[in-house]
Amino acid sequence: MDIHEYQAKELLARHGVHVPRGGLAYSPEQATYRAREIGGSKWVLKAQVHSGARGKAGGIKLCSNDEEISNAAEAMLGRKLVTHQTGPRGKLISRLYLEEAVDIAQELYLGFVLDRKEERVMIVASAAGGMEIEDISEKQPDSIIRATVDPGVGMQGFQAREIAFGLGLDSSLIGKATETILGCYQVFRDYDAAMLEINPLVVTRDGSLVALDAKMSFDENALFRRPEISELRDKSQEDPRETFASDRGLSYVGLDGNIGCIINGAGLAMATMDMIKIAGGEPANFLDIGGGASPERVAKSFRAVLGDKQVETILVNIFAGINRCDWVAEGVIKAIREVGVDVPLVVRLSGTKVEEGRRILADSGEAVIVADTLAEAAEKAVAAWREATKNKKAA
Amino acid sequence: MAILLNRSTRVIVQGFTGKIGSFHAEDMKRYGTKLVGGVTPGKGGQTHLGLPVFNTVKGAVRETRAEASIVFVPPPFAADSIMEAADAGIKLCVCITDGIPSQDMMQVKRYMRRYRFEDRMRLVGPNCAGVITPGQALMGIMPGSIYLPGRVGIVGRSGTLGYEAASQMKALGIGVSTSVGIGGDPINGSSFKDILQLFERDDDTDAVVMIGEIGGPQEAEAALWARDNMRKPLIAYIAGLSAPKGRRMGHAGAIISAFGESAQEKVEILKEAGVVIVPTPASFGEVVADTLARTKKAA
Repeated sequence: MDIHEYQAKELLARHGVHVPRGGLAYSPEQATYRAREIGGSKWVLKAQVHSGARGKAGGIKLCSNDEEISNAAEAMLGRKLVTHQTGPRGKLISRLYLEEAVDIAQELYLGFVLDRKEERVMIVASAAGGMEIEDISEKQPDSIIRATVDPGVGMQGFQAREIAFGLGLDSSLIGKATETILGCYQVFRDYDAAMLEINPLVVTRDGSLVALDAKMSFDENALFRRPEISELRDKSQEDPRETFASDRGLSYVGLDGNIGCIINGAGLAMATMDMIKIAGGEPANFLDIGGGASPERVAKSFRAVLGDKQVETILVNIFAGINRCDWVAEGVIKAIREVGVDVPLVVRLSGTKVEEGRRILADSGEAVIVADTLAEAAEKAVAAWREATKNKKAA
Repeated sequence: MAILLNRSTRVIVQGFTGKIGSFHAEDMKRYGTKLVGGVTPGKGGQTHLGLPVFNTVKGAVRETRAEASIVFVPPPFAADSIMEAADAGIKLCVCITDGIPSQDMMQVKRYMRRYRFEDRMRLVGPNCAGVITPGQALMGIMPGSIYLPGRVGIVGRSGTLGYEAASQMKALGIGVSTSVGIGGDPINGSSFKDILQLFERDDDTDAVVMIGEIGGPQEAEAALWARDNMRKPLIAYIAGLSAPKGRRMGHAGAIISAFGESAQEKVEILKEAGVVIVPTPASFGEVVADTLARTKKAA
């Protein structure tokens, strides 16, 4: 789960990381009021969306008076910010953050991630901040400093000092840098973060160390014990299709194709989507219905998939282990009758109670295209989709 | 004797008396697994499904001489249960639980290193379908009927995709020595490489099918190990060709966050290491059959 920059900065500030003075605004008036509160003569207005690369997309503006702040706020609020990280649909700007402008002498990079190879938290730092870490590792790989934390004892002071000296900081800044790095680790650990990135961490002209930007995401498996983090969820930043599904306990990822998928198991779901692609189609979504799929759950899945208006065909692929094909088949029929499925529907059942499941589909009299194998299911779905779109164009 | 598990492995269930634990315990017993008891703190001394219940894993090991444990404990308490098993001298722990926080798994992995390698418990999972040695024993949640006993090993992250592969093989009369689900989490007990090492040494396994997916370094690590150390054919499929970067595809670990983690990139790395690639998820059966036929001819 991602959070906004201003939320991340609040968490970090509580753990000894310096951040510029700033305030949240929901309207142009509020933004100018914040400028008064903060003081100074130059401010930066920043769109709060869950994405990096906001500057290039017009989501960050330097302002030096009320009129500029007000105009910039007017232009940003209610608009969708499109960056290479948000995808073409973009993300809605409904919150702004106004900060005092900082006089930058040097930009650094500081990141914390879960390193899957070492199975530990890894710190990544570089004196070449301001650009994305992918670009740093391509253009200046030698500038990257890495360290991992032993989970038994946590991050040690010497590790933070080594990084601070490695960044080539002036000796007057080593103490502050060490405190900043240890503070970040503390936040990462105490709140079950999955990623924390300060890019850039800047040395100002008056010699202080400030987190100019902050990006954090959290381990969703740990949210049960981090209610203060769960509260920071901003549904306006999510794909509405995904919010609908996650509110109903379904694992769903929206994509840009036209063939809606309802599948059990994440691996089989990915494989079925691959098969659709190989057969010449494009999947509209990933959806794992999970184990123990009751008829109600199947019906909910249909609602989630059909909520996407781009869906022109649905493919259901269930390999029942804990699941039962007869229940799934009942769910499919229930969905057709209650939800109303006005696009071609291909169903492939396999595993526990498969004969019963197929019989229920056959006896229902509903227009269900049945497939026996994975390949057949994908081919039939793509063929049905081509047929449907051809008819649509003709009409 | 296949790997990890056979008909004489003495197994206990942690989270025994819960709904899920009970359901699968019965299923495993029916399949032929030598179930000797279970653990639910506070219910020690009771009998459940005709087997003794213990308060602690140590108690269960002392009374039943259990060597293996399967964990159905809910996510907030699962890491604790795994460490309890490690401390009680369990040799193999299979954790089915989905949803364990990553930091808990880091702690578990760190904790297990307190034991000498020879004494260290082997953890499979979490968030996995478990282990099955067809015709002998089941420690997991997979439907036993889709596996034919045989001589091909399967190791994969996903449950249902593993079923798909096994049933395609069964349709062509190809059986399985052992199938191991290593789970879909970013930090797991056994890696692909760990399991390949066991299959390579196993006299009852002729070839191995590896079912990987997007995210993480384990498929590439396994391929490089296989290139340098494995004589048996390795056949692999990587799921997630259509997965966009930075989006989590169901499994906590199925996310492309670094270079080399997409399906396309992994397939390239595997190909270069000489691994036989299953080009589509509908061709597990054929590719395994072809590979076995070729190996036989060569031999």
